[in-house]
Formats: sequence, C-alpha cells, structure tokens
Amino acid sequence: MDAHPTGRQHVIPMAAFSLNPATDLQAMLALDFMRNAFVAGGCIALASGLVGYFVVLRNQVFTTDALGHVAFTGGLGGLLVGLDLLIGVFGSCIAVALAIGTLGGRGRGRDVAIGTVFAWVLGVGVLFLSLYTSSLSGSAGVVGISVLFGSIFGLQPTQALVASVAGLATSAALLAIARPLLFVSLDPDVAVSRGVPVRAMTAVFMILVAVTVAEAVQAVGALLVFGLMVTPAAIAQNLTSRPYLALALSAMLAAAVVWLGLTLAFYISYPASFFITALAFGGYLLSLLLSRLRRALTWTASRTCLPTPRR
Amino acid sequence: MTDQPTWNLLYDLQLLVHFHFMQNALVVGTLVAVLAGAAGYFVVLRGQSFAAHMLSQVGFPGAAAGVLLHVSPVLGLITFCVIAALGIGSFGSRLEAGHRAESAAVGSILAFSLGLGLLFFRLYAGTAQGVYAFLFGTILGISDRDVAVSLVTTLVALAALAVIARPLIFASVDPDVAEARGVQVRALSVGFLLVLALAIAVTVQIVGTLLVFALLVAPGASALQLTARPMPGLALSIAFSLCFTWFGLAIAYFTIYPIGFFITTFAFASYALIRVAKALLTPRPSRRGWTPIRLGDST
Repeated sequence: MDAHPTGRQHVIPMAAFSLNPATDLQAMLALDFMRNAFVAGGCIALASGLVGYFVVLRNQVFTTDALGHVAFTGGLGGLLVGLDLLIGVFGSCIAVALAIGTLGGRGRGRDVAIGTVFAWVLGVGVLFLSLYTSSLSGSAGVVGISVLFGSIFGLQPTQALVASVAGLATSAALLAIARPLLFVSLDPDVAVSRGVPVRAMTAVFMILVAVTVAEAVQAVGALLVFGLMVTPAAIAQNLTSRPYLALALSAMLAAAVVWLGLTLAFYISYPASFFITALAFGGYLLSLLLSRLRRALTWTASRTCLPTPRR
Repeated sequence: MTDQPTWNLLYDLQLLVHFHFMQNALVVGTLVAVLAGAAGYFVVLRGQSFAAHMLSQVGFPGAAAGVLLHVSPVLGLITFCVIAALGIGSFGSRLEAGHRAESAAVGSILAFSLGLGLLFFRLYAGTAQGVYAFLFGTILGISDRDVAVSLVTTLVALAALAVIARPLIFASVDPDVAEARGVQVRALSVGFLLVLALAIAVTVQIVGTLLVFALLVAPGASALQLTARPMPGLALSIAFSLCFTWFGLAIAYFTIYPIGFFITTFAFASYALIRVAKALLTPRPSRRGWTPIRLGDST
C-alpha cells in the first residue's frame, strides 16, 4: 500500500454505508485521521473560498497556478536540505508571491516568459524529487505524488493543527481587510485618490494568497489548487453579483465541496482530491446552467414587456 | 544508465544508441523535436501559449485512460487533446483573451482534468513512477508501438502544417487583412489547433504534461527573439528544439537524473541568455528624453 500513487498511508477500512446519516457520521468521525481531515479540510476550505473570491475578482487565477508549481519545488527543496516539507512550501510560496506582487502588474502579455520560467521551476522540482528519492530509497517516491495531488488523510495531528490555525488566521485577516480590498480590486484609481494604501494592500493580499495556496497544497495538492481556490469562487460569482454574499457563498461552497469529497472518499475509497475537484467542477457546470437560465428568463420577461426583476 | 561518459565522443555515441529503449527514445525525441519546434513557432507567433498549456494538461487524463484501457497512452493523449482542441476552437478566441470568467472556467476544467487523471491512475493501480513519467517525461518505456504511432502522427501533423503554413503566417500576423483577402481565418485557426493537439500528444511522451512548454514554447520564443523573418525563424526554432532534446536525452542517459530537468533548464537558459544578450546589445533610448540620431537612420 505504501507505494500507492495517491500517497495515502492509511488503509481506510471499507465502512459500509447505512443510509442512516447519524450513524454514518459517527462511524466516520470515530476515526482519528478522518477527524483531522474534516477539521483541517474545513479550515483550509474556508480560507480558500474567501481568498479565492478575490483571486477571481482580481483576475489573478494564474498566479495561483504558478504558486502551486513553486510550492512543489519549494516543498521538495525543503525536504532535500533536511527541513520540514511545510516550511519549504510556505517559505517558497510567500517569497514568490511577494516577488510577483512587486514585479507584477506588468506581467500581462508576457505569458511566454512566465511559462518558460515556471516550466523550469517544475523541472527543478523534478530534479529535487529524484535527488530526494535516490538519497532515501524505498517508498519516498510517494512524497512527490502527495505534494502534487494532496494527502489530506495522511495529515499528522500537529500538521492538522497547524493547517487549521493557519486557515482560520488567514480567513480572519482577509475578512479584516475585505472592505478596502474590495474597493482596491474594483477601482484601483479611485481607491488611490481616496488615500487607500493600494501597494500595501496588494502586498498583504499576495501574502494571504501564498499562505492559502500552501494550505490548499496539503488538502488537494499543488496541481489541483485551482479546484479549491478558483472553482467555488467562480460558482459564487455566477450565482450572484453582490460582493459580500458571493464571498460568503464561496467560502461555504468550498467547505461543502471538501467535506462532501472527504465523505465520498471515505466510502468509495478513491482519491479525495478527485472527488473534491469533480464536485467543484460539477457545481460550476450547474451554476453556469442556472445563470444561463436566469438570463433567458429575464430576457423573455423584458420581451413580453413585464417589469424586469431588478438585482 | 550507470555507464560513465568518456572523452572519446565516438564511443559515447555508440553507448548512447546501444540499447533498444534508447534507440526508441532518440527516434521519438527527434520526431517530437521537429514537430514541437515547428508548431511552437506558430504558437508564439499567434500568442497561443495558453492554449498549449490547456491542451497539455487535458492530455494527462488521456494518457492515464490509455494506460487503463490497455491501449497505447499516445492514442489516449491524441484523443483527449483533439477533443480539447475542438472545444477551444468552438469557444473561439474568447478563451485566450484572459477574461475573468473564462480564466476561472479554464482553471476549473484544468483542475478537474488533472483530478480525473489521478483517478484513472488509481483505478489502474499504477506506481508512482508511472504518474511521474506522464507528468514530467521519461526516456524509459517508449514501446515500439509508441514509436510507430508517433511516426505516423508526426508525419500527418507536419504535412498538414506544411499545407497551411503560408496562409497561417498571414492570418497570424494580420488577421484582419487576411480575412479581407479571403483567407479562411477561422478554419485555419481550428486547423492549427488540431496540429497543435497532435504535437502536444507526442511531445508529452518525452517531457511530460507539465513541462511541454520547454519544447513547445521556449524554442519558438527564442527564435522570434533572434529573427523576424518567418522561414529562418521556423528553422531556428526546430534547431533549438532538436538541440534541447538531443542534449537532454544524452545527459539523462549518462546520469540518473530526470530528463525533464535537463530539457527545461536548456530551454530556460537559452531563452534567458538571448533576452539578456539582446537587451545588452540594443541601444537604449536615453533617459533625458532624446535619442542620439545616427547617420542613415530613417527615423
């Protein structure tokens, strides 16, 4: 089992599904690692949903992709020099996010340069992986897979604690700056003239993004960060254009997707990351359908000279 | 792969082509480099590097499905990439413009497709090494069937590219004028996306889903830095791509380290060197707001 591509170290007992939600929940939460996964996953999802809303609003989706790549290389680099994986992931994410924040803004239209750089970053990550695997020998190859695709069931109690505290702290920090950040994101020029410290705000936001990506890497992995940070926010924006409602919706959707994904993975025993991304994607398709439907309805309403519902 | 390189280059070359797996890797590598260099030139010219990124990531579950169904992973890659290319083509250019809603949609699709790939590998109960091979490329395990499929694919794609090359350059450089002249810009765009899908499908075998940029974008970008003339640029792009692949294969053979690292490093280093050299060599406009006018300068 230990050389498994999902990197899951635990052998999950195949619990039978009993149609009685109360006993099912009890059976699931009786297990230590499931409790850890639920608590840590919930906190990570909260932060991802909140920060992800602003990521989508500010059109910085591909920053999270780039940070995910950096997290892979940073985490393995950290392991290679004998540090903890998490120190590498957090350190590299924050450093690169600050670099993007200070250099960025000019980044658009230079996707060739950016793409080449980040392909190289991943290439270096592969080198680290092979150096680390050959220095340890044995089942260390799984480490790479669990960084790439997440290993939420493999969280140790201390890791789960760190993840929960970091997730809650990030959420609190984001909510504290939510109002001015919204202003800066929607209309930077007016925000500057009103005396909002835009540069400082951007830097703080980039740090929050970095911490959240580093968190999400533990839950769904470096490659699937999108699924947790972008998709719930995109669903929320499809459903409503009111900012605070969308913010709350995004956080709730992220938590719902993670918890449902964990539950499914517990009973069906396929990778949790797959269920989380698949649920999020299904929700996204559904939200697209809903918004199309609503647009079609308002269109017919306006065509038949009925008063259009005002939002 | 524990052979030591000597200073006798001829002997080294003999070592390199001694094993069957290495012969396969060299053949496929060469095919891939030619196709990726040629297609990559147009990718950079048309500013479609993002489409290349999307297609390659969608290829991952395709490869995994190919393994799962016991057909060649290349066939799975081709199927998924072609479907994705048709999807991108039907959405038109909105996807590449980087709008907020579209980039969120693309991000969601990419995460889902990678998750799907993971599920397929899990169903197959493959090893970690198998996943790495498709994500980051490998020089091992390219079967004779893969070589045959790659050969046919490359020939078809290159032939198609040769047919559409001239109007494609026209349409890429100035779409409006090309359309006014009666060039089928939209059909060309979809046709090129299909060629790109085939190119990506074979490239993934060598450098993996995540590192396709190194062979598909970096050579074209380097070539476009050096010359603006299409045919020399195209040739240069293919030459770069061949160099990266051959040196990458050779070094990966003599060391125990993954080929993806070497190819991306060459790609990054050459692109960065060319950019830096160009920045140093071109005279900069002065800070004071005037530029020294040289004799013979028409401006």
